[in-house]
Amino acid sequence: MKLSEKTMAKTVAASNFLTEFADFFLFFALIVRETFSRNFEFKEFFRQCFQVGYKSLPLVSITGTIMGLVLTIQSRPVLIDFGAVSMLPGMVAISLIREMGPVITALICAGKIGSGMGAELGSMKVTEQIDAMEVSSTNPIRFLVVTRVLAATVMIPILILYADALGIIGSWAGANIKGDVPFVLFFSQAFSHVSFMDFLPAFIKSFFFGAAIGLVGCYKGYNAGRGTESVGVAANSAVVLASLLVIILDLVAVQITDMLG
Amino acid sequence: METNQKVPLPDASAKKMRDKPVIEINHIRKSFGKQEVLKDISLKLFTGENLVVLGKSGSGKSVLIKCIVRLLIPDEGTIHIFNEDVNALSSDGLAELRQKIGFLFQSGALYDSMTVKQNLEFPLRRIKSDLTKSEREDKILEVLENVGLADALDKMPSQLSGGMRKRISLARTIVVSPMIMLYDEPTTGLDPVTSDEISSLINTIQEKYKTSSLIITHDINCALNTADRIIMLKEGENYKEGTIADYRKSTDPFIKSFFMQKE
Repeated sequence: MKLSEKTMAKTVAASNFLTEFADFFLFFALIVRETFSRNFEFKEFFRQCFQVGYKSLPLVSITGTIMGLVLTIQSRPVLIDFGAVSMLPGMVAISLIREMGPVITALICAGKIGSGMGAELGSMKVTEQIDAMEVSSTNPIRFLVVTRVLAATVMIPILILYADALGIIGSWAGANIKGDVPFVLFFSQAFSHVSFMDFLPAFIKSFFFGAAIGLVGCYKGYNAGRGTESVGVAANSAVVLASLLVIILDLVAVQITDMLG
Repeated sequence: METNQKVPLPDASAKKMRDKPVIEINHIRKSFGKQEVLKDISLKLFTGENLVVLGKSGSGKSVLIKCIVRLLIPDEGTIHIFNEDVNALSSDGLAELRQKIGFLFQSGALYDSMTVKQNLEFPLRRIKSDLTKSEREDKILEVLENVGLADALDKMPSQLSGGMRKRISLARTIVVSPMIMLYDEPTTGLDPVTSDEISSLINTIQEKYKTSSLIITHDINCALNTADRIIMLKEGENYKEGTIADYRKSTDPFIKSFFMQKE
């Protein structure tokens, strides 16, 4: 039986997708193995923590503050209409801590950190720097990939907490544009509505966001093609896939939290 | 430029060298999809010699050199280095073997995010981990002086010219005192004067560090300046093997086309 060209093309596309999927899991398995192997690259890990964490601070600061500010400015008139303006700090705090802070910060980090890792490793691949590392008896997965993935896994949750805090400060600033709310009162009202179970699932999922961003950025960069064009492709696809994974992981996390009550 | 040519080895030394192959490649084949890049390549690199593998672009030279250090794995055939089968080694065994091999990449492959000093320190810290900080610094300075760039210590790779990058890359390779040097197109992209300087440096390094060298090139000047023996490749297969004198005597049009470039 002869398959039509259309069917053949679909078969090839499906086969490519499955191959990529398998490659991704093999890459992940390799990272797990190298993470627990001897000679962990501590110095490079701390350097990457600095790159991922400290160098993302300005962007996360601006995003976090604006997030709280905009949320307050948008919701305040509606809450006034319902006579529930006193609920504003609690509402903002819960939405920031549970959902907006983790997801928006993770998406921003997918753009900055994911693309940075994709482009850096991609250009190292194109200019044979990864090969040079390998022939000088340095395991590039351990030195380049494990350190970056772990740095993203550790630093992105910290950046998310920082963005949450700045978001609440931004919200207080927003509330003061048309009102006069003391800082201490705003905070005590905000946190009186937040329980530990609002905070914990969001904090746990932020580690998964960080790991996904690091993993995808490194996978795309490390497996970039040989031409210079592939550096751009690696950076771009790292952002797209990391953002998509963040959204999917968020959906899964929300479902699990919901099931656990 | 003729004066730069390597003096042919006396017969006795040549024979002595031939007793000990440090690299032995037997009938390797490598394909990428339907494209067969290496069809049947065999060669031996003997202790202390400079063996040049000469061929046109696309003849499989770079694939061959990457197979030697297992950056690529051949589909068929065997590669032995110091009598060890490269493709049968464990990852630890391979890492140990690679410590004895220096590899100069076509692009230089300097680490962009590191200074020249850090580039040289990187392999040194890993391969010669018993050295103290001052011993490491002395060693770095020594190799940089050998390549004539002692003042480039704190520069970033982006601040260096093409020739300087090649020299620093060479310094990074020799800093760990390898026993075998593999050069992948060492003069590609360089002007004739700098190319000759790199060729001279290859000879100096061989004399000073007593290395055995495999030089992959399409540059006939580089081949003439460095080779003890030349193996010519054509379309992924061994085409001819011999000394420079053998090649000069040849009437084969393909071989003559290379030597015509020189004349």
